[in-house]
Amino acid sequence: MSLIIIAALPFLGALLPGLMIRAGRDACAWTTASVTLTALVGLLVHAPAVMRGEVIQYQLEWMPLLGLNANFFLDGLGLLFAGLILGIGLLIIIYARFYLARQDPMGQFYTYLLLFQGAMVGIVLSDNILLLLIFWELTSLSSFLLIGYWKHLPEGRQGARMALAVTGMGGLALIGGMLILGNIVGSYDLTVILENKELVQASPHYLPALILILLGCFTKSAQFPFHFWLPHAMAAPTPVSAYLHSATMVKAGLFLMARLWPVLAGTPEWFYIVATTGLITMVLGAVIALFKDDLKALLAFSTVSHLGLITMLLGFGTPFAAVVAVFHIINHATFKAALFMSAGIVDHETHTRDIKRLGGLRHLMPVTFIIVTVAALSMAGIPLFNGFLSKEMMLDAATNTVWNGNPWILPALATLGALFSVAYSFRLIVHTFLGPKRTDYPAKPHDPGFGMWASPALLAVLVVLIGIMPALMVGPLVAVASGAVIGGDLPYYSLKIWHGVNLPLYLSITAVVGGLILLALHRPLDAAWTKARRPEAKVIFDAIVGAITRGAHGLTDGLHNGAMTRYTAVFIVSVTALGAAAWFGGTAPGPTRAAIDIGVVPLIGWFLLVGATACMVAFHHNRLLALVLMGIVGLIVSIAFVYMSAPDLALTQISVEVVTVILLLLALNFLPKTTPTESSKARQWRDGTIAVIGGLAVGGLALAVLLSDFSQDSISAFHLANSKPGGGGTNVVNVILVDFRGFDTFGEIIVLGIAALVIFAMTESVLTSPVGARLRQRPINPDQAGDRHPLMMVIATRVMMPIALMVGVFIFLRGHNEPGGGFIAGLVVAIALLMQHMASGFDWASARQRFPYHTIIALGIFAAALTGIGSWLAGRPFLTSNYGYFQIPPMNKFELATAMAFDVGVFLCVVGAVMLALESLSRFAHRAGERPSPYPMDIDPSRDSAQMAKDA
Amino acid sequence: MEYLLASAIGALTAAGIYLTLRLRTFPVILGISMLTYAVNLFLFASGRIAINLPPVLLNNTPTYTDPLPQALVLTAIVISFGMTAVVVLIALGAYLSSNDDHVNLSDGPVDAQEPSK
Repeated sequence: MSLIIIAALPFLGALLPGLMIRAGRDACAWTTASVTLTALVGLLVHAPAVMRGEVIQYQLEWMPLLGLNANFFLDGLGLLFAGLILGIGLLIIIYARFYLARQDPMGQFYTYLLLFQGAMVGIVLSDNILLLLIFWELTSLSSFLLIGYWKHLPEGRQGARMALAVTGMGGLALIGGMLILGNIVGSYDLTVILENKELVQASPHYLPALILILLGCFTKSAQFPFHFWLPHAMAAPTPVSAYLHSATMVKAGLFLMARLWPVLAGTPEWFYIVATTGLITMVLGAVIALFKDDLKALLAFSTVSHLGLITMLLGFGTPFAAVVAVFHIINHATFKAALFMSAGIVDHETHTRDIKRLGGLRHLMPVTFIIVTVAALSMAGIPLFNGFLSKEMMLDAATNTVWNGNPWILPALATLGALFSVAYSFRLIVHTFLGPKRTDYPAKPHDPGFGMWASPALLAVLVVLIGIMPALMVGPLVAVASGAVIGGDLPYYSLKIWHGVNLPLYLSITAVVGGLILLALHRPLDAAWTKARRPEAKVIFDAIVGAITRGAHGLTDGLHNGAMTRYTAVFIVSVTALGAAAWFGGTAPGPTRAAIDIGVVPLIGWFLLVGATACMVAFHHNRLLALVLMGIVGLIVSIAFVYMSAPDLALTQISVEVVTVILLLLALNFLPKTTPTESSKARQWRDGTIAVIGGLAVGGLALAVLLSDFSQDSISAFHLANSKPGGGGTNVVNVILVDFRGFDTFGEIIVLGIAALVIFAMTESVLTSPVGARLRQRPINPDQAGDRHPLMMVIATRVMMPIALMVGVFIFLRGHNEPGGGFIAGLVVAIALLMQHMASGFDWASARQRFPYHTIIALGIFAAALTGIGSWLAGRPFLTSNYGYFQIPPMNKFELATAMAFDVGVFLCVVGAVMLALESLSRFAHRAGERPSPYPMDIDPSRDSAQMAKDA
Repeated sequence: MEYLLASAIGALTAAGIYLTLRLRTFPVILGISMLTYAVNLFLFASGRIAINLPPVLLNNTPTYTDPLPQALVLTAIVISFGMTAVVVLIALGAYLSSNDDHVNLSDGPVDAQEPSK
């Protein structure tokens, strides 16, 4: 199976659980498991080749200019991690089926899990570091969803937020570091980067890159001082904890350190930063773990400690230590996943995870007891279990490493860590399972069904098998994976139980004995620990986040105080100032065109326009008058378009004017009829000054444009030349709209349609709220005209309706060659329909409305889109138009262009959008209890006389 | 002509700015409409003034009006209707819900206000 399919499978599969949950929880779980299983099988098919030392590659150019390619490769390290992710993932999916309660939304859970799994597989298979970064961020996001899965728990939400904040921040640092690294090498391909160790380490940017990359790794792998998020992430359901904290999420940081080990490791900087951080984390995590009473918290800190151990080993920078790190990654994944799942079983069956409330479970839950014992003994590093082997080798590596000239500090602290590790591991066994049976468990404990303990049991078997026969079980895997980490020859090591009596064995024995003594002293130590004052990471974190939030709030509230007029004023003043700076800073050419003489008619139009504008400012407090004045302005603008050779614009402007005025009149019906004078004189002067300066600036700019020639040739000449031969129309404006710039127009009608739908939606939400009820019950204004639908107007509009529609059709049909077209025709038809609404009433008109306006908008957009797609069939780009001449006897020869089909779409969309907007507004006026009249006319003399005759 | 058109654009802009700086929704809507006229005319003017030139292709005519700004302005006019309609509805909904047509928030955060005022 191709690598990209292995990486993509979990993402594609993530769509399934949500669907399959309808078929039941079992179907959902099995579907999810089969997705993971398929990916795992696909991976294992490659295993023999990888074990032979081959590297499987898959390359796909994605954005080559950015250096971002979907390149994947699979080597030993990738195989190890991908195998862990998918293998343990499979076990977790089975376990979760039985763990999740009936009320937990299982479909969501599996979807999140698969998303996360896909992101993790992506990280370990990526050959391109930019691609790796994308997957890295995806793990942060999907783990956020997983950790916060129990949305009703505040701890879950806080834990998820904290994990996202810490790992997301680290991710940002990582992006910086990776970009620097890619820049140094000149390639974003991992395989190339890995071969350039000298180049990278000699670069002056090595240290910044290293620190940034390590920040990413340390936050992800919960290294001190970023370890605090991991225990808080334990609020997640146990399958999530088992998955994230044994094999995947936290191992991502380790993976990246191992992956980049050949390039970054081996320098003193690497040694002191990585090894020291790992050492501190290991000891600190182990100490804290001993004093945690919550089973999962204990395991969480133990995870922190073991991650520290592996980090320290990688930090040593020696090939032997790298082999041990790889080996311990395997061992830790097996025993820790088993322990987490067992902790979940204990929690599930006893309803508590508090060690102080447990004990004596040995007899009640024998199967769980065995699993936990095996896994915990391995964690403690007791012989015959796999944890022992890697711990011995770790101590061996530590004894051979000198820290700042000091040969004993590393082995001593490593032994201390191991000692605490023994103590908490035994505490887990002894305090939970041994001791007398208690009578006060929150629930009656018993072993769960096979489905639930199968997964941890399998892992426990692996723990023993690896512990007894390490070379046989994982020897080749460790060899090939370490080979990939080291990128060279493997050092001498041997995976076997007995290495003879040597220093590590003594240290091990010290750790076990010391650990048991510590456990015996646990009670007094615990009391002392509880009394001691310790810095609480969560408090510090919350304080920092709180301070940042307050700062952001202060800034936002200060700038954004809700005063719209202030924003507008600031905007206008700054735009004017910037424009002025640009104008006076540059050199504008002087006037090159002679001004055209002013005729009498334009002068009259100018006076009307400017007069209406001035009156509008002066009398805007009377809203109806202002509307009338706006109508005048619109009319003069339309006439100006005619005068300046733009008949299409004039037609559009005047029809839009009609619709806009009707719209505003409808709105004014519900708004106050006057605007009170509220601004002070000073404020009016201030606004007036801004307005005058702004007006002068825009007017001056317009004059400068008008009086100068084009600085470069306009592309209009192209449109004029190609309109007829290319687009088949002589109305160049229309051809531009439906052909040359058809894609723009397509977008515009979509925007128009969306605007209408937004209006409809807002109307719905207002009318269904209490406001709607209040509106319907408002008193009827007695001053209104008694005859709501005047007879004359009703008759006139109905007679005019077919004529108006015909005009619309005419304007549409001529549009390609003469002024007109879909926009104008749509507006004209909308006005024709609107007349019926106004004359005969909303109810009467809408009762005769066959198609909802939504449908008309949709049809319009479909028509336009299909026309565009049609040109694909001819092998041309989207919206390429074609035309031809046809003749149907006895008519004259006529032209048909595909652009006309597009124009039909424009037409329908405009009609639908205008009508939907106005219809929505008029629904505000709709009163409760009003029914459409059954008669075509409100007043019908013949009906009235018949009624009179009947009465008589 | 150029002076007339430019000064008209200036006057429309000035009126539009003044009205958008008012405190109630309706004058602000009117102001935006005035600015729309001004902007459309400005865009149109970028094709320079052409009087008595044919807007459609004819035989034997060497010069035409500039079609490109016209096409751009045409859609702008229609879109501005859609925009006005949305703004009107926002204003209407806000007024009906709160019985207040100020554009500025009153002092204090919104959720601190009493809904039944």
